[in-house]
Amino acid sequence: MTLDISRDHALGLLRDMIRIRRLEEKSAELYSKQKIRGFLHLYIGEEAVGVGAMHALRGDDNIVATYREHGQALVRGIPAGEIMAEMYGKANGCSGGRGGSMHLFSAKRNFYGGHAIVGGGLPVAVGLALAVKMKGESRVTACFFGDGATDEGEFHESLNLAALWKLPVLFLCENNEYAMGTALSRHVSDEDIVNNPPGYGVPADSVNGMDVVAVERAVHNEAELVRETSKPRFLELKTYRFRAHSMYDAELYRSKEEVEERKQDDPISAFQSRLLGEGLITQADIDAIEDDAAKEIAEAVEFAEQGEWEPVEEITRHTYARDLS
Amino acid sequence: MTTYRDAVRTALQTLLREDDRVFLMGEDVGRYGGAYAVSKGLLEEFGEDRIRDTPLCESTFVGAGIGAALGGMRPIVEVMTVNFSLLALDQVVNNAAVMRHMSGGQFQVPIAVRMATGGGKQIAAQHSHSLENWYAHIPGIKVLAPATVQDAHDMLLAAVEDPDPVFVFEHQMLYGIEGELDTTATPLSPWKAVIRRSGTDVSLIAYGGSMHKALSAAEELDKGGISAEVVDLRSLRPLDRDTIVDSVRRTHRAVVIDEAWKTGSLASEISATLAEHAFYDLDAPIERVCTLEVPIPYAKHLEEAAIPQVDRIVEAARRSVGDG
Ligand SMILES: Cc1ncc(C[n+]2csc(CCOP(=O)(O)OP(=O)(O)O)c2C)c(N)n1
Ligand SMILES: [Mg+2]
Repeated sequence: MTLDISRDHALGLLRDMIRIRRLEEKSAELYSKQKIRGFLHLYIGEEAVGVGAMHALRGDDNIVATYREHGQALVRGIPAGEIMAEMYGKANGCSGGRGGSMHLFSAKRNFYGGHAIVGGGLPVAVGLALAVKMKGESRVTACFFGDGATDEGEFHESLNLAALWKLPVLFLCENNEYAMGTALSRHVSDEDIVNNPPGYGVPADSVNGMDVVAVERAVHNEAELVRETSKPRFLELKTYRFRAHSMYDAELYRSKEEVEERKQDDPISAFQSRLLGEGLITQADIDAIEDDAAKEIAEAVEFAEQGEWEPVEEITRHTYARDLS
Repeated sequence: MTTYRDAVRTALQTLLREDDRVFLMGEDVGRYGGAYAVSKGLLEEFGEDRIRDTPLCESTFVGAGIGAALGGMRPIVEVMTVNFSLLALDQVVNNAAVMRHMSGGQFQVPIAVRMATGGGKQIAAQHSHSLENWYAHIPGIKVLAPATVQDAHDMLLAAVEDPDPVFVFEHQMLYGIEGELDTTATPLSPWKAVIRRSGTDVSLIAYGGSMHKALSAAEELDKGGISAEVVDLRSLRPLDRDTIVDSVRRTHRAVVIDEAWKTGSLASEISATLAEHAFYDLDAPIERVCTLEVPIPYAKHLEEAAIPQVDRIVEAARRSVGDG
């Protein structure tokens, strides 16, 4: 099947996947140099999900994401430098150094954060959609979460409430087959995750999350249906994480062979080959994207390096609107 | 005269009438009229869009309130009782309290959460606890405990106006009390403690339901020639340290009354604050009158024995002045 997309469109998708991959590879390197600390969860292998979805959504649609959100943040327009500075913990980071890798925020881009309580972002997304509906706006609230989150009570409560109140939420389940070290078959009673939402009256579908074009189409369709009907929908994005859960993970729960085999299905190289095969782009295009990405990441690191540490005297800032002490 | 319940309802009506962004949600707030009949009649006046009966999912409807607040609304969320609010603690601690901070000040969560607290109705160990101090422990949220009819009204207005998440604890024994409500007077700052009765010999420091018991105890003490001052904390976070410490500097004796269990209570926090800031002004050890270390029992005599009562406050005050 040939891709029915324009050259510019294809380049845009490829560019964003490569930007994320390079940003994260750099982050892993800086983590080993101890420039970045704490928890760092890489999206490597899952880029087609974030890129396809974020391209399909409107800029004014609300985003609620997880701790594995560098990709969504970058595509939404948070500059790589501000993301990197946030990971450094610098004051010029996108959350002022108060959040770190797991808590990227941008109010002006309707990016309501990286949430690190599994399932905890779902009720918030439901509430954002309630606000949208009560104000009579037509924005979709897209909520990303993993397969592990579907175990949580807040997932089930949120589907029920969103369906009951007819709220424009798009539930986007990034099923990478593992919740930390626990495989899907060991954490859900029904591995077919799409079987669940219809029980709450939420239509559910599934898409190959390793195919950026398929993701973009599916999310676009779902988002527009949510917008039209003002009712929630659920989309499973089947994907796989190539790296450890976080930098602390020794990956004892899956074999190297399994990971190697799944890496054959790399969303970036697969898309590149397809585009080259169809003559939509040339190797020179890819080289140019790589060059730009390398430059962007180098500048991002420089931005983070040059950033200031917030003075300790300001530590109680941002706890309340006005300091209580 | 107005009841505490009606004062809260009046505040709700004012808020709903004056600001489109305000809405009320919670279990049984609409058709049922509220578990404590606070929101009775509001559904008829404001409709289902603004008076929302929720499913039984404390975590998710509190979380949805947080999301709606982030999205520019001014939600008032009613949780039936503090015991049930434990199911929503994730959303309170991990979202409401931290969103402003984690985002480096980009987002705020102007939500008001109201809930009933306390014992006295013989509804046993899953409906009677006082866990205000669990909430008062958390930076990023504010905690109010209105004890009077006027405060029940004014503090809700202040909670909704506030740019930060505010938790309002309504003691379940207070809904029926009567008092004057002046909706035209300029309200006192909700964040300051108030001296409800002046005295010279001992400070009785209390909040919420216990505040009335402290006032009764002060009358009792007066008969025996002991002049007790009653401090109503009103705000549990932030705590008005100055008013508490000033009172004890004048009376030199302190009895702290708290319906929570003594261990790790707000009474403990206040005692420590007095030890830090009024140590050399104290003429007697600080007394704490708290709930006994037992789940609240059902049987009336046992429930009464478990939670602070006037006689225990009087005894503690007498011990403090050396008249025990
Ligand atoms: C409520 C909660 N429980 C446990 C954890 C620890 N934890 C962090 S990520 C994770 C796995 C989540 O898996 P999934 O939802 O599939 O997301 P993925 O990491 O695969 O993207 C766990 C157990 C947590 N952060 N929050
Ligand atoms: Mg997973």
